[in-house]
Amino acid sequence: MRKSWIVALAALAPLYAENIVIQNATILTVTKGTLQGSVVIKDGKIAEIGEKVMMPQNSTIVDAGGQYIIPGIIDCHSHIAVDGSVNEGSVSVSSMVNIKDVINPEDISIYRALAGGVTTANILHGSANPIGGQTLVLKMRWGKDAQGLIFEGAVPGIKFALGENPKRPGNPQGGRGATPTTARYPATRMGVEDTIREALNEAKAYKAEWDEYGAKTARGEHPIPPRKDLKLESLKEVLEGKRYVHAHCYREDEILMLLRVADDYGFKIRTLQHVLEGYKVAQEIAASGTGASTFSDWWAFKIEAFDAIPYNAAVMQKKGIVVSLNSDDEELMRHLNTEAAKAMKYGGLSETDALAMVTINPARQLGIDSRVGSLEAGKDADLVIYDKDPLSDFAKVQKVWIDGHLYFDRETDVNGRPAKALEKQKLIDKEKQSQPKSAGGRRPA
Amino acid sequence: MAGSRNFLFGSNRPFFGGVFGAAFAVRRKGVTVFFMRKLVPALLLLCAWAIAENPRTLAIRNAKIVTVSGPVLGKGTVVVRNGLIEAVGENLAVPAGAWTIDGEGMTVYPGLIDSLSTVGIPSLAVAPAPAGRGGRGQSTPTQTPTPATTPATAATPAPPAKGPEDRPATTSWVLAADEIDPSDHRIESVRSAGFTTTVTFPARGIFGGQGSIIDLASAEHAGEMVVVPAVGQYLAVSRGGGFGGFGAGFPNSLMGYIAYIRQIYLDAEHYRLVQEAYAHSPRGMERPPYDRALEGVIESKRILLPANRVVEMDRMLRFAAELKQPAILYGMREAYRAEAALLLKKYGSPVLVSMHWNEAPRDPDPEADRTMRSLENIDQGPAAPALLQNAGVPFALYSDGLDQPRDLQRAVKKAIDAGLARPDAIRALTLSPAEIYGVADRMGSIEVGKIANLVVTKGDLFDDHTQIQMIFVDGKQYKPAPEPPAGGGRGATEEPGASQ
Repeated sequence: MRKSWIVALAALAPLYAENIVIQNATILTVTKGTLQGSVVIKDGKIAEIGEKVMMPQNSTIVDAGGQYIIPGIIDCHSHIAVDGSVNEGSVSVSSMVNIKDVINPEDISIYRALAGGVTTANILHGSANPIGGQTLVLKMRWGKDAQGLIFEGAVPGIKFALGENPKRPGNPQGGRGATPTTARYPATRMGVEDTIREALNEAKAYKAEWDEYGAKTARGEHPIPPRKDLKLESLKEVLEGKRYVHAHCYREDEILMLLRVADDYGFKIRTLQHVLEGYKVAQEIAASGTGASTFSDWWAFKIEAFDAIPYNAAVMQKKGIVVSLNSDDEELMRHLNTEAAKAMKYGGLSETDALAMVTINPARQLGIDSRVGSLEAGKDADLVIYDKDPLSDFAKVQKVWIDGHLYFDRETDVNGRPAKALEKQKLIDKEKQSQPKSAGGRRPA
Repeated sequence: MAGSRNFLFGSNRPFFGGVFGAAFAVRRKGVTVFFMRKLVPALLLLCAWAIAENPRTLAIRNAKIVTVSGPVLGKGTVVVRNGLIEAVGENLAVPAGAWTIDGEGMTVYPGLIDSLSTVGIPSLAVAPAPAGRGGRGQSTPTQTPTPATTPATAATPAPPAKGPEDRPATTSWVLAADEIDPSDHRIESVRSAGFTTTVTFPARGIFGGQGSIIDLASAEHAGEMVVVPAVGQYLAVSRGGGFGGFGAGFPNSLMGYIAYIRQIYLDAEHYRLVQEAYAHSPRGMERPPYDRALEGVIESKRILLPANRVVEMDRMLRFAAELKQPAILYGMREAYRAEAALLLKKYGSPVLVSMHWNEAPRDPDPEADRTMRSLENIDQGPAAPALLQNAGVPFALYSDGLDQPRDLQRAVKKAIDAGLARPDAIRALTLSPAEIYGVADRMGSIEVGKIANLVVTKGDLFDDHTQIQMIFVDGKQYKPAPEPPAGGGRGATEEPGASQ
C-alpha cells in the first residue's frame, strides 16, 4: 500500500503553482498575530494575508470556514528519508559521509510527516560518533525525486554527538578490551572531547594548507593543489562558518564543554539537540547565541536523560534561547503540534510561543526563517489547515501546501483508500493464481 | 555416437569408420609387424580425425541464420575458418575441404553474451548481487545473498579499516582475466544454455576489480579464452547498518560507501597530478607513494554501478556524472517503471538488466503487509526489457547468478512473455552487450570477420522445447550438456575433440 501513494500524489500536485485563496479561516501567523480572514497564494509564495484581500484572477478558492491555518511545521531533528544506515558508525569522525547522498524520496515517512503538518525537516546523521556525517534540510515534497526534496539554499549542517552514544562503541559488551580489535575510541566523555579537538586540529592544518595554496595561486604561481580530504573538507567549512553544527547532547557538563571547544576554535554551535539539561545552563547557552532543540516531555530513557524536566523548553525560552521542539522519530514527527502544546501546560507559554517552537524557531535555528516558519507575505506558501485549534489533541490536518502546491489532502487520501486496496488485492490474487499448485497438496490443518 | 555424428555432419565424412577400424586393428594384431605396416597410415588417419573434429574450416549450410546485425537469412550458409566467420549469406559456395554441416531445419544465432558474470572465477560462484536489498525504507525484495562487502583479502584478516586511507574492500587492480580458471564447472553449464561469452568480473568488495570478456572455450591456458582483458571496474555498495556495524570497519553505511568511492576518485585525480609532476621533474621533488588501488581505478575505462530501485538509478547516474566516469548501471529491478525509462534516457547510460526476476514468495505469511511496490516488482519486473527497448535505452540482459540452462532460458522467456520481441531479446544477449562494452567490431552478430561464436538450435532459441544442437566458441564445436537430473550431478558431455 505504502508506495502507491506516490502516483496519486504526483497526480495531485499540480505541475505549476496556481493562485489559491483560502478563505474564512482562523490564521495563526505566529509572527504577526492571529486573525480571521484569507491567505492568498501566488506563484508558490504567500501574496497577502488579511481579513480582506485582493483576489487574483483565476484563483482557486478554498473555503476553510471554521478551520485553522498555521505555517508548515518544521522538525529540527529527523532521520527519515534516508537510505541505509543513518550512522556511519565505523569511525569516531565520519564527517566524510553525507545524508545528501542517500536521500530516499520514497520513504513513506515523508508522506506521514506531511499528514502531520510537517513541511520541512532537518535530516541528521545518527549520534554514533563524536563528529558525525553531513546533514541537510528537506522539504516534504512527496512525489519528487531526491533533488526535488532539498531545501534550496539552506545552509548544510554536520552532526556532532556527545555523551553515551558516541562513547558506547568504546565499551563493547563484555567490558573494555573484550574485543580489542573492534572497540572504538573514545570510551569516555573525556575521549569525546579529545576526539573532537583532534579532528578540529586536523581541520585547521588542512585549512592552512588550502589557504596557502590559494595564496600561491593568487600570486600567479602554479603549485600542486593539496589532496582533497572529504573528512576534513566538511570540518573546514565548520571552521569557516559555512556549515552549521547540530550537536546531540544531554548533560550540562558536556554542553559547556562543547561551547568552550567551539569558542576555542572560533566557530559557533548552531543548535544543541536534545539538550535535556539545558535548563541548568540556560544562561551560558543563551550567552553563546546557540539554539536549543529539545523534546517536550521525553526522558529517563537512559542515564544521561534522567535529569530532564518537561519545563526545559519553557525555561530555556525565558532565558532568551531560541528553542524548538523536535521529534527525532518518524512517529512523533506526525504530531509535533501537540508536542508544542505541552509547552503551554509545562511552563505556561502562550499559544503563539508554543507554536513558534515547531515553526519559526526551528526556521531560525536552520537559517531559513526568511523563507518559512511563519505566515507572512513574501514567504514560501508552506501552510497547513487543521479542522480544530492546532494545539488541541483533537485537531486533524486537512490540507498541506508546500510552495503553493497541495501535497496532502485528507479527503482525497481517505476517499482513495478503497481503490488502492482493490488495486493491491488484484495483484495479490493474480499472484496466487499464477503460482503452481503445490505437489502433494498436504498442508497442516 | 558415430551415427549421430553422421546425421549432423552429413555423409561425406568417412573418417570415423577409418579411425575406429584402425583402433580395432591395433587391438587385434598388436605385434611389431603391425607398427611397421600400419603405424604411418594410422597416424595419418588420427591426424585427419583430429582435424575433422576440430576443423580449421567448416560450413553450416541450409540453415536459418539470425545475423542480428542484418536481416534473417531463410536458407543461408555460414563459413567459419580459423575461428572466425569467413562468409555468411545465401547461395554461398562451400569452400573445398570444408567440413560441412547440413543445417536443414536448424537456426544459427550469434553466441550469447552474459554481460555481467563471474563465470570462470570458481571462488565467486555466488551471484554478483546488486546493492540495495532489504533494510530500512527498502522496497526491493531480497533475493540473492550479497557478497558485496567481502573483501578479496578475506583469507588474511586485516584489521578493520579506519577510513578511506585503508582502501577497504578494494582490489581495483585485479583483472578477471588473471583469475580465470578453465576448470570452473559453470563454464560448461552456461555454455550449454547458448552462452559463448561472458563479461566476467572479480565481483567482490567495493572496487572489485576489472572485468574481462571471456570466450567459454575449453582452453588449456586461460589466456586463450580472453577476448578483452579489461573492460571496466566493478563497483558495489551495501546498505550497511545499524548497531551491528559499530566497531566494524569503514565503510559501514550506504553513505559511507558513497563517500569512500568519492574519496577514491578525488585521490585518483590528485595521484595522477602528483605522479605526472614527479615524472616530469623528479629532481628536488619528494617521491610520491605508489598506490595500486588508485592505479586500478585510473586504468579502468568505465565503471559498473549497482542500481535496482528508481531512487538508486537516479542516485548512481548523478554520482557517475559527478565522478566524470562513463558508467553502466546493473541490477535494474525497477526498470519497468515509467520514471526509470525517462531517467535513463536523460542520462544515456547503458544498463544491464538482471534476469533473476523477483519471484512471489512461496507460502507468504497471509498476515504480512506486503507493499504495493513489492507486488508490482514481482508482477511487472520482467516487463523491464520490453519497456527499455521501446524507450530506446541501450540495455543488455545478464544472468545474475543463474547458471542452469533451463533457468536462463525460462528467465529470457519471461521477458519475452512480458512483451519483449524475440529479435530484441536476442539482441540484448548478443550485439547489445557487445556494443555496450565496445567490442561489436569482433563479436555479437554473425558478420564476416567476427569471432565464430555461434549457437545452432532446432526451433526458436527461447521456446520451451527448443533444443540447442551445437555451440561454437572461437569456431570450435561443443554439444550442450544434458540437463542435470534433479538433485544435482553434471553430465560429462564435452565433445572429445573440443579441448584441443
